[in-house]
Amino acid sequence: MRRYSFKHSSILGAAAAALILFMTIGTLGAVIYRADGLTGISAQDWHVIRFTLTQAFLSALCSILFAIPLARALARRAFFGRSLLISLLGAPFILPVIVAVLGIIGVFGNNGIIAKSLNIPTSIFGFHGIIVAHVFFNLPLATRLILQGWQAIPSESFRLAASLNADCRKVLERPMLRAVLPNAFLVIFLICLSSFAIALTLGGGPKSTTIELSIYQAFRFDFDLSKASLLGIIQVIICAMTVLVLLKITKPQEPTTGLDRPVEMWEKPHPVLDVLWIVSAFIFLAAPIAVIISDGIPQILNLHSSLWPAAIRSIWIALLSAFMSLFLSLCLATWIVSLKTKGKWIEFIGALPLATSQLVIGTGLFIIIFPFIAPYELALPITATVNAIATIPFCLRSLVPAIRDAEETFGKLSDQLGLSGYARYKILIAPRIKRPMGFCIGLSTALSMGDLGVIALFAQPGGGTLPMAVYSLMSAYKMEEAASGALLLILLSFVLFWIFDQWGRKNAHS
Amino acid sequence: MKLSFTSMAGLLFAALSSNAQADPLTVYAPDYFASEWGPGPAIKAAFEAKCDCDLNFVTGDVLPRLLLEGKRTKADVVIGLNTDVTHRARETGIFANHGLNTDNLTMPIEWNDPDFIPFNWSYFAFIYDNQKIKNVPQNFEDLIAMDDIKIVIQDPRSSVTGLGLLLWIKSIYGDGAEQVWQRLSPKILTVTQGWTESYGMFTDGEADMVLSFTTSPAYHLIAEDDDTKSAAIFDEGHYFMAELAGKVASTDQPELASAFMEFVLSEEFQSLIPEGNWSYPAKLEAQKLPEKFNLLGTPQKTLLYSPEEVQQIRKEAVSEWLSALSQ
Repeated sequence: MRRYSFKHSSILGAAAAALILFMTIGTLGAVIYRADGLTGISAQDWHVIRFTLTQAFLSALCSILFAIPLARALARRAFFGRSLLISLLGAPFILPVIVAVLGIIGVFGNNGIIAKSLNIPTSIFGFHGIIVAHVFFNLPLATRLILQGWQAIPSESFRLAASLNADCRKVLERPMLRAVLPNAFLVIFLICLSSFAIALTLGGGPKSTTIELSIYQAFRFDFDLSKASLLGIIQVIICAMTVLVLLKITKPQEPTTGLDRPVEMWEKPHPVLDVLWIVSAFIFLAAPIAVIISDGIPQILNLHSSLWPAAIRSIWIALLSAFMSLFLSLCLATWIVSLKTKGKWIEFIGALPLATSQLVIGTGLFIIIFPFIAPYELALPITATVNAIATIPFCLRSLVPAIRDAEETFGKLSDQLGLSGYARYKILIAPRIKRPMGFCIGLSTALSMGDLGVIALFAQPGGGTLPMAVYSLMSAYKMEEAASGALLLILLSFVLFWIFDQWGRKNAHS
Repeated sequence: MKLSFTSMAGLLFAALSSNAQADPLTVYAPDYFASEWGPGPAIKAAFEAKCDCDLNFVTGDVLPRLLLEGKRTKADVVIGLNTDVTHRARETGIFANHGLNTDNLTMPIEWNDPDFIPFNWSYFAFIYDNQKIKNVPQNFEDLIAMDDIKIVIQDPRSSVTGLGLLLWIKSIYGDGAEQVWQRLSPKILTVTQGWTESYGMFTDGEADMVLSFTTSPAYHLIAEDDDTKSAAIFDEGHYFMAELAGKVASTDQPELASAFMEFVLSEEFQSLIPEGNWSYPAKLEAQKLPEKFNLLGTPQKTLLYSPEEVQQIRKEAVSEWLSALSQ
C-alpha cells in the first residue's frame, strides 16, 4: 500500500537527485576533465585545509551553543513583536557578505560603535573575528532549525509531562535536541566550510585562507585548474565524511502524536534568563544591520536609476529559484521519507550543494555550456538554477522532519483511506508543512537575492543583479551610493522573506 | 511550479532572440570598466556613433575567462588586462599584433609591446586622510616606524593591487623583501581579497591607510569636492601599472577590431578616462587633463618589472609574503 502511494514521488525525487548530482559532482567533473590531471597537495594546502576545518568546527559549535538557549527562550515566551523578531532572524543570513562584513566592522572594529561609545580599543581582526562573523551569519539559522524542533513537540506532551510531574527537559527536550542538533551543526559546519571572503578579511591575513578562497585564487590568478579541482574534490570529500558521520549518529526526532495543534506555553522558569538571551541576541544581530541601514539612509532617495532594473532582475531570479528550490526539495523530501532508513542516502545527496564551491559549479557549467551557446545568454536561468540547488539543503532540513512527522502520525490512516499521489500531498502533507514551506521559500528567495556567486561569471553589463550593482558602485569609489544599494537589497530581501515566512506561519494548521 | 518553468522558457526565448542582430563588436572588459559607473557606457556610445556598429561588452574576470575559452573565444577585443599579467595573456596565443604607433604616449615609461596597447596608467600608493595623518611617511621605512597606524592591503593571490604592492616592495628591496614584510606585518590591519573591501574599510574610518593608486584622490577631489584624501609619495619610487587592450587574432571582424584599437588611443576615448576610470590616460597631453589632476602627488621614480620578470618572480615573492605574514 505504502509503496504504491509513493510511486510518483520516487520518479520526481530521483530526477531532483540527478539534477543535484549533475550540478555538484558533474560540474566538478567538467573542471577536472578540462584540467588534464591533478597536482599534489602542497604544505600550504594542508595548512589551508586544517584551518578551514578548525574555523568551521568552532563556528558551528559556537552558533549552536548560543542558539539552544535562544530557541528555548523564543519557544516558550509570548511577547509583542515575537513573530517579527523571528522573521528578523533571517536577516543576517541573507546579507551579501561584503555588506555584512562592513556592518560587523562598523560595530566591532576599532572605529566601530563599541569602541567609540565605550572608548576602549577593540579589534575584530583575528581568529575571533571569523567566529563572530560566522555566528552572526549562522546563529539565526541555527535558532530557526532548533526552534522548529521545539515546535514539533505537541503541546499535549508538555501538558502530560507536567501533570505527571516529569522533568520536561529529560523526557521531551533532550531527546528532541539530540535529534535536531546534529543536523543544525552539520548545516552550519558545511556553510562555514565553504566560507570565502569572511575568513580572509576578518582573519587579518593569509594564515586565514580557506579552501574556497584557495579555489578562487587558483582560478583567478594562477588559472591552475588542477589545483582548483583537487581542492574541489577535497571539499566534497570533507562534506561526504561529515554527512556520513552524522547519518550514523543522528536519531530522527521521535514523532509523537498529539492533536496536531501548535505549541502552547507551558511552565516558564527563569524569565530573566530568557529575556536576557533574547535581548542580547537581538542586539548582537541588529547592531551591524543598524549600521548598514544608517549608512544607507542618506542616499536612499537619490538611488541611481539603474539600480531599479537590477533590483527587479534580482527579485525575478530570487522568486524563480525559490520556487524551483521548493519544488525540487518537496520531490526529494517525500522520496526520502518514503524510503525510510534508505532515505539517508538521498539526504546525503541533498546535502552536497552545501560543500560544493560556487566557483567550481560556475566554472564547470561554463565549460559545459560554452561550446554550445554564449554563456551570458543563459545568465538568468543558470543563476536561478544554481541558487535553487544551493538552497535545497536548507529546505530539506526543515521539510523532511515535517513530512516524516505527518506521515508517521497520519500515514496509516491515509493508507487506509487510500490517499495517494497528489491527493495525499494536498490533504495529508501540505497543510502540515506550511510553516517549513513558508520558511523555505522565504529563505531561498532571500539567499538568492543576496547572492553574488555564479552570475558574476555569466552576466553582462546591464544584466547584473542588485548585489553586483552594489559591488560595481563600490569599485567605482561610490561607497555612499553602494551603501544605499545595500540598504535597498536588505529591505527587499527582508520583505520577501517576511511575506513567505508569514504566509507559512499564518496558514499553518489552518 | 508551472509558472516558473514557463517563465524560464520565456527568459530563454528572450535571451536567444536578443542575439539576432547583426554581428556586434564583442569587447571583454572587467566589471568596473563596463559597469554603469565606469567609462564603458560613454566609450560604447562614442564608438558606436563613429563606426555605425554595435559594441557589446562582456564582463567578468577577463584573463581567467580567456584562458577558459582559449582559441574558441568569441571576443574581438579584450580591454582591462594589466602589465603584470601580460605574460600569461600572451601565452594563450590568441592575441594579434596591434600594429599601432605607440611612440607618443604620455606615460613615464617607454612602450614597445607588439601585442598590447596601454589605455590608462597609474602608480600604486597608500592613500590616507590628510586631516588625521600629519607626519606623512616618505618611504617604507617611515611607514614601518609609524606608531599606531593601521593599513589595509590586498591579497596578491587574488588582486591586481595586492600583486602590485608585492612587486613594488620586491623591486626596492630584492632579497630583503621578506624582512620588510615581516616588519610591516604588525601595521597591517587586514588583507582583503580585492581592492573594493579594502577601500570600503578606509572610507569607513576603520583603517588609516589603504593600498590603492596615486590617482584615487582624484575621485574625492572631483566627484565629492573633498580634498582630505591624499596619496603618500615615497622617495624610493612607486610601482607602475598600465591597463591594456589587445586585439584577438581569430576575430571575425578584423577591421572593426582594429578600428576600436585605434579608437582606444584617440583623444575622444582618452579624454573619457580621467573621470571615468580615475587614472591617467595613456595618450593625452597634461593640459587636457581635468584641472584638479594637478593636485595629485606624482612620484619621482617609476618602478616596473618586465612581464617576463614578473612571471619569474611572482611565485617566490608570493611565498615570501605568505611566510612573512603567517608568523
